[in-house]
Amino acid sequence: MSRVLVGVKRVIDYAVKIRVKPDHSGVVTDGVKHSMNPFCEIAVEEAVKLKEKKFIKEVVAVSCGPTQVTETIRTALAMGCDRGIHVEVSGKDYEAMGPLQIAKIFAALAKKEEASLVILGKQAIDDDCNQTGQMTAALLDWPQGTFASEVTIDGEKVKVVREIDGGLETIKISMPAVLTADLRLNTPRYATLPNIMKAKKKKIANMKPADLGVDMVSRVEVLRVDEPPTRLAGVKVETVDDLVAKLKANGTI
Amino acid sequence: GPHFISFLASPSALTGSALFFHYTWRRNCSSAVMPRITSHYTIFPRDKDPRWEGVEMERFADEADVVIVGGGPAGLSAAIRLKQLAKEQEKELRVCLVEKASQIGAHTLSGACLEPSALNELFPDWKERGAPLNTPVTEDLFSILTEKYRIPVPMLPGLPMNNHGNYIVRLGHFVHWLGEQAEELGVEIYPGYAAAEVLFHEDGSVKGIATNDVGIAKDGSPKDVFERGMELHAKVTLFGEGCHGHLAKQLYRQFNLRENCEPQTYAIGLKELWVIDEKKWRPGRVEHSVGWPLNRNTYGGSFLYHLNEGEPLVALGFVVGLDYTNPYLSPFREFQRWKHHPFVAKTLEGGDRIAYGARALNEGGYQCLPKVTFPGGMLIGCSPGFMNVPKIKGTHTAMKSGMLAAEAIFPKVTAEDPASETAGLHIPEYEDNLKKSWIWKELYAVRNIRPSFHNYFGLYGGMVYTGVFYWILRGKEPWTLKHAGLDSAQLKPAKECTPIEYPKPDGKLSFDLLSSVALSGTNHEGDQPPHLTLKDDSIPVANNLAIYDGPEQRFCPAGVYEYVPLETGEGMRLQINAQNCVHCKTCDIKDPSQNINWVVPEGSGGPAYNGL
Repeated sequence: MSRVLVGVKRVIDYAVKIRVKPDHSGVVTDGVKHSMNPFCEIAVEEAVKLKEKKFIKEVVAVSCGPTQVTETIRTALAMGCDRGIHVEVSGKDYEAMGPLQIAKIFAALAKKEEASLVILGKQAIDDDCNQTGQMTAALLDWPQGTFASEVTIDGEKVKVVREIDGGLETIKISMPAVLTADLRLNTPRYATLPNIMKAKKKKIANMKPADLGVDMVSRVEVLRVDEPPTRLAGVKVETVDDLVAKLKANGTI
Repeated sequence: GPHFISFLASPSALTGSALFFHYTWRRNCSSAVMPRITSHYTIFPRDKDPRWEGVEMERFADEADVVIVGGGPAGLSAAIRLKQLAKEQEKELRVCLVEKASQIGAHTLSGACLEPSALNELFPDWKERGAPLNTPVTEDLFSILTEKYRIPVPMLPGLPMNNHGNYIVRLGHFVHWLGEQAEELGVEIYPGYAAAEVLFHEDGSVKGIATNDVGIAKDGSPKDVFERGMELHAKVTLFGEGCHGHLAKQLYRQFNLRENCEPQTYAIGLKELWVIDEKKWRPGRVEHSVGWPLNRNTYGGSFLYHLNEGEPLVALGFVVGLDYTNPYLSPFREFQRWKHHPFVAKTLEGGDRIAYGARALNEGGYQCLPKVTFPGGMLIGCSPGFMNVPKIKGTHTAMKSGMLAAEAIFPKVTAEDPASETAGLHIPEYEDNLKKSWIWKELYAVRNIRPSFHNYFGLYGGMVYTGVFYWILRGKEPWTLKHAGLDSAQLKPAKECTPIEYPKPDGKLSFDLLSSVALSGTNHEGDQPPHLTLKDDSIPVANNLAIYDGPEQRFCPAGVYEYVPLETGEGMRLQINAQNCVHCKTCDIKDPSQNINWVVPEGSGGPAYNGL
């Protein structure tokens, strides 16, 4: 019987209007409503379902970031994870943190915890990278089942139905493996109040990336963040000739 | 929760028994078919609903000494005071607080000029603790506006609006800080869980509350992820839901708390935050105005405060009394056009709007205070309504009421034998303490100012009254003026009124409703019954639209209510865009048919205000 690692990321809530910082170094996050990345919710749900079906014994929720991410871990615990790991990253390291650093942390933890599966969301809604799962698998040299819309455990193997551009692709991979959750994998359960109260008694271990031998140095430097250009109003024309004239005037034809 | 999923995926299809139950009804004299609007279980009980047969309805229950509904200034001050007393007297006390917003402060909206009186009592060392009172008031301006000009009114000391010694605050941040202090003291705070139901003992006293159920579909049927809310039982439950709370509404009826007071009267306040051109920034400056664009018989006015927190930020907004009579009036559009006044525009030109929100506020004051204690519970803060209207401040009195409640409760809940007649404790000492406190003196002194606006000269009559009786006599006149009655009864039929020509928003100073709502960050799980419930689905078209031209289209600051043409046949139907709701409560207050009953949606839905 095995152990699953689930990654959960704390992101700005999807309904909040994003504002760029006056110095263009990033977006405003202070006091802004955050919540668990929706694809991470799906990952947690899938892990908890596998445990309920008795394919796995323990689900460990992991998040990287400052103190506030423990709230996100608590939500995962309330959804049914057994314990949590908070990898503390703050300040400049947190601002520069990207998929490669996270992948290194998860690879180290997967080995340390002897995990059979690492389940992540396919991407985060703030950076839309869609890289962490793939990088983690590569660092571990494990098979990967990404964009999973259906997961079935079959002995020592996992059957994964993947959502791809052409339709659906079914693959069978050996465990240990990395899976990333896509939208239609499941409908996450609510974290109800009694479970939030119970989750307060579940353990969250605290550690730093250095404890895992991971160096947080980023090779990527963000130069500038800008709002998307304001969409110009459309122009209505009366006749086809007018349209052609306008297109010629602005150099399109 | 699963919000994001239904946000992206298609709306839930009706299947099986749901289709059976999804009825449509026909109006007597037309062949038009109206789709059903309301599906909430408070209107259509589930014990009679075949789709709920066999669903497990048992709830998990837990016990605390005190349960507090609402994480605003009143609720948090009560929680903090209880824990301070427990620490002083070395007693154990379990205090649980539930709040419908996803985080403490996310549903908080106010001007605000904070009078630090209550805070000084609660935390004399608030400065060392880092309370976000960063902007002392340095300048206080009052104007009467005409369409093009401004008449300055001297802010004499002694006038209720004088702000010397006060701080301009972002109340949402202040409330968030209060929440941190409360947690440090050991209060259990649960944001994202709404108190949806009051629970009663067999003897009729309040037993506690139950939080909202989750996972009910838009048509009222149970989804796979359905889960019951939780019951929190307490010796005494404090209700601090803010202005016009939905559980308070029920408690007034249950315990007849309003039999000796006037019905509450209200206003709607709309607010924006702007980052302005540094050259125009005057940190510490407070500006208020009355007059344009409102006529002399419509109560209301504006505020504009320059914050001092690093960025050149101003908080500005507009308040309209909900006793207005013209159904064509739109508080949102009055606010937007006020910003074009030369005196206001010059501050905002070149700036950027970064936040928007709205909330109803109390205007009734002294005459409208209900009984605040009942077996098993009490009402605190803006819920019963301790706002000092001419001062336009209610935070200090809300906090003080919470503290007084805590002080009255503490000896009773920690006593070996509470000697109570009822299972839920009845603690009338709270009301006695209120009457002896500075809250009462303050509200008594200003009691006649707001009602004095109900005269032929409207605004100007009111100002004269304030000048004579308040400034000179400090409210010692022996009479108490009455308000005009229920706000919802004040609207005149549309045919007796003139539509108002509002200017189109220019996209620089003034904006359209939907882009404003987007800035509030409001959102709700889409697949749930609309929480703006109608007692009778047919009344909006038959009454509100027919007689008053659908005023809810105009007084809702979030575009929730829309009259749209029927898909088949002739006529209109009401469409409720519940996801836009910013929890302001104006519709429940102003609906001329009193047919709308606002109930709490799934917890953590609603606006995502950041320091409003």
